[in-house]
Amino acid sequence: MRHIINILDLSVEEIEELMDTADDILAHPEKYNEVCRHKILATLFFEPSTRTRLSFESAMLSLGGQVLGFSDSGSSSSAKGESVADTVTIVSGYADIIAMRHPKEGAPLVASMHSRVPVINAGDGGHYHPTQTLTDLLTIRHEKGRFENLTIGLCGDLKFGRPVHSLIEAMSRYAGVKFVLISPEELKLPSFVKQEFIKDKGIEYKQSRSLDDVIGELDILYMTRVQKERFFNEEDYLRLKDTYILTTEKMKLARPDMIVMHPLPRVNEISTAVDDDPRACYFRQAYYGRFVRMALIMKLLGVRAK
Amino acid sequence: MNIDSIKNGIVIDHITAGRAMQLYEMLGLDGLDCCVAVIQNVPSGKMGKKDIIKVDSSIDINLDLIGFFSPNATVNVIRNGKIIEKAHIDLPERLVNIIRCKNPRCITTTEQEIKHIFVRTRSGEYRCLYCETKAN
Repeated sequence: MRHIINILDLSVEEIEELMDTADDILAHPEKYNEVCRHKILATLFFEPSTRTRLSFESAMLSLGGQVLGFSDSGSSSSAKGESVADTVTIVSGYADIIAMRHPKEGAPLVASMHSRVPVINAGDGGHYHPTQTLTDLLTIRHEKGRFENLTIGLCGDLKFGRPVHSLIEAMSRYAGVKFVLISPEELKLPSFVKQEFIKDKGIEYKQSRSLDDVIGELDILYMTRVQKERFFNEEDYLRLKDTYILTTEKMKLARPDMIVMHPLPRVNEISTAVDDDPRACYFRQAYYGRFVRMALIMKLLGVRAK
Repeated sequence: MNIDSIKNGIVIDHITAGRAMQLYEMLGLDGLDCCVAVIQNVPSGKMGKKDIIKVDSSIDINLDLIGFFSPNATVNVIRNGKIIEKAHIDLPERLVNIIRCKNPRCITTTEQEIKHIFVRTRSGEYRCLYCETKAN
């Protein structure tokens, strides 16, 4: 039985296989609409996340399966003080696979230690979010046609932004990748992520406080939201939240084939005027999320299309 | 200063100078009713100075804990006044219930009865198994 807690739980070959399955689902959805018949996905969301939860539920329903769960901890037994271990022990008797989001880092790992069915980490605090990374990878493959030889700019909250850490970990396994880290001093990439996945692997990188200075070098601009829920101090949040705002003016400095990605939801870090630019692919990115989650659910349940 | 030799027990030698009292507490030696000697700042050829703990009783001790707090330490097991076993302590791969994670966002801060586990990374530092925060 496999659990997916971190994107590195999947090999490069397995990721390719998931991408191929997702592509086939996109091309032939009718082949897959019964493959998870009589299977149940439990979505245990101890903190709200509309997009990720609905994407998982849509994925399972599209595979012919069924869904149960809760969308915030207030409506679960954790409000009564039940541990993650106990909750998962119980739920794994009711479902065939679990997708779990939890505000505490490491909660899905604890769940995987007690579950009798596969657990997918659907985001644990500022830590990991592997299905967002799979979504990002499918987007890159569709929009750029390759994973190798790309210059990827990561902009905004690189400290608490878990999609950024996971994307760096995943992309650091491909040749010719270069990272441009764009953030204010207070939201710089944690040193251990930089050391382990960039420096130790000899990957070229540069750091910049200015988006304007580097946007012209990028194949991919990955924007992130400064997340209010990750700050203990509201003053710090208010001071940093508007550091980078992508506008149509800034987009004029970018290459004609650069793509703009964002894990969403955005607040104001991308002007809505940018949405009409064909290089803005964050809504397509969210769309791809459903298909890659379908592929992952199938893989963990060991089912295939006939 | 002379401390009598022990007949049956253990001697934790080559402890990093200044760490013996912390180790004494972490190992729970304060709960023993036998003779325990904590000797600090003993002159040492290799280390300049070192600490030593002598326990006049054959007890089980947590070698991982000693390895984490003082990786150069040695543990001598004494029987009838002679060293019958000399263990060099290596840095343990895992620390289980020895230190706690200080990240307030870590699941270990709320989950009851969870084991507090730290894993040694390739660079030799310890990180929480659950949230990967570095041990302090």
